[in-house]
Amino acid sequence: MIKFIIRRLLMMIPIMLGVVLLVFSMLYFSPGEPARYILGDMATEEDVELFNEENGLNDPFLVRYVNYVLDALHGDLGTSYTTKQPVLGEILERFPTTFKLTLLSTFVSVVIGITLGIISAVKQYSVWDNIVRVVAMIGVSMPNFWLGLLLILFFSVNLGVLPASGIATWQSWILPSVAIGCSSAAGIMRMTRSSMLEAIRQDYIRTARAKGQKEMVIICVHALRNAIIPVMTLVGINFSRMLGGSSISEIVFAIPGLGNLIISAINVKNAPLVQGGILFIAVVMAFCNLVIDVLYAYVDPRIRSQYVKAKSKKAVNAAVKKEGV
Amino acid sequence: MSDVKNKAAMKNTDDLGDFSISSRGMTKDIIKRFLRNKTAVVGLVIIVVLAVCALFPAQISDPDYQTLHLDNAFALPSAEHILGTDELGRDMFTRIIWGCRTSLTIGLTSVAGACIVGVTIGCVAGFYSGVVDNVLMRLIDILMAVPNLLLGISVVAALGSSISNLIIAIGLGSISAFARVARSAVITVRGQEYIEAARATGAGDIRLMVKYVLPNALAPIIVQVSMGLATAILNISGLSFIGLGVPAPTPEWGSMLSTGRSYMRDYWHVITFPGIAIMLTVFAFNLFGDGLRDALDPRLKQ
Repeated sequence: MIKFIIRRLLMMIPIMLGVVLLVFSMLYFSPGEPARYILGDMATEEDVELFNEENGLNDPFLVRYVNYVLDALHGDLGTSYTTKQPVLGEILERFPTTFKLTLLSTFVSVVIGITLGIISAVKQYSVWDNIVRVVAMIGVSMPNFWLGLLLILFFSVNLGVLPASGIATWQSWILPSVAIGCSSAAGIMRMTRSSMLEAIRQDYIRTARAKGQKEMVIICVHALRNAIIPVMTLVGINFSRMLGGSSISEIVFAIPGLGNLIISAINVKNAPLVQGGILFIAVVMAFCNLVIDVLYAYVDPRIRSQYVKAKSKKAVNAAVKKEGV
Repeated sequence: MSDVKNKAAMKNTDDLGDFSISSRGMTKDIIKRFLRNKTAVVGLVIIVVLAVCALFPAQISDPDYQTLHLDNAFALPSAEHILGTDELGRDMFTRIIWGCRTSLTIGLTSVAGACIVGVTIGCVAGFYSGVVDNVLMRLIDILMAVPNLLLGISVVAALGSSISNLIIAIGLGSISAFARVARSAVITVRGQEYIEAARATGAGDIRLMVKYVLPNALAPIIVQVSMGLATAILNISGLSFIGLGVPAPTPEWGSMLSTGRSYMRDYWHVITFPGIAIMLTVFAFNLFGDGLRDALDPRLKQ
């Protein structure tokens, strides 16, 4: 298991180097000088030259790339052009907000998705099943920023019960997390449904019924526990996807999160902040995926046993070899 | 739609498999299976309607989508303007119909590009395996490590916002899905006996890939085209919504939402209808893709 984790961590290194190269070269070859954006039209040629010299913008591409990677390894993602603050500091300041929003959205998506998925599976082919499935399809098809706008229109403008923007009170988190959570709830619902359908046809469910167990317990304990693993993987994947993908919703609800920071940085060509932000999100997402894979193996005894089997097989092979010698 | 029906269909084709050798029989079978699926047909009908809107916007709505009628701004839906007018007095229905052309053109071009590049990468990786596979798939991993939307945002930010750059941005994000789908399809086909037979007749690698492997790995790729279109349309509207998409006078659903957002407190219709258009389009491609998957290969349903 530890070997697996270490291998995955090592594999992350070239991928992250590639991510940096990708974003770095895109911003490098983009037209327009950052100095002009930052210093404004009034800046003289000397000012621009000084700015480029200070920020190392006159160096050749490869030198800048290698310097950036070396600095990044020391935790230095550069200095933001606009605020003159270290990029990492700005990112870390915004990240908890995005993280909290993602956690809440995940919670919403799990509650809605699993509940509807169970109903739909238990009442397969009923009216409820069909309604739930169509609603789920609509949920997948809705841009979440549009759902956000509709929620604002209904709950803030018409009913006036929930705040439309900001993160001042706990009520402010409700609309954004529902808006973001709904689209991934649909996927979770579909996965729960198909996984539950498979589980409730198993022999152990028949056994549970035969011994007179209550239907509620059969569905929620016996079946769900066996059906939940693929669903949890999907929840994990959605979690890491939402970390980077909810930036537009952050703008709609005026939430000062990481996505909001990156998009506003792009508009003023604040390259260090954009690079740093995207790299940060990519690293966090990669870690999330690793944690999911490890948990997956840990939670499911069937998968865990594969590792054990592999190990014992190795031991047997080694013993055989030894004997042979 | 129903599992039971599909299982029956699967059985049917398995039985037929021994006898139906002509490819026409198989196509007929697929069409039959597809048409039996009601939701998929709904998706197909919506797609046909959208295609007609995109091809003949001037005949369906007003040919003029950009003249301002400032005296008639924010008209609510009425007999004259069935979906109302926007902040500049332009008819929303007309702009939504013309927006269909914008979205579908960008979506189709970017997905076509991504399909060609992604399938080539996936096909080569799956066919050769080993080092080639490893290198190519790590490249795909790099693309996958960055969220699609952020990737698109940085491409458009770097190249400037125009329709062609938007196509590149959306296409780049969709490559990885095609590569992975194509790779796994090719891997399952690669080991088949008919490939070995073709190789024995002296077919070269490229001929093998194009003539034998790819046609047999096509089903999941076609499904991915439909699903990819749905995602592409969502991303296009997202990028336009934050002002990185289609430049101003061209009607586009995402940018209509973006401008409408400032006025939504007083006029509900400006943000409602463009959103419905996006949702309906994505919905249709998702339904169609789902139906295609079941029809092309019932085994893929799991």
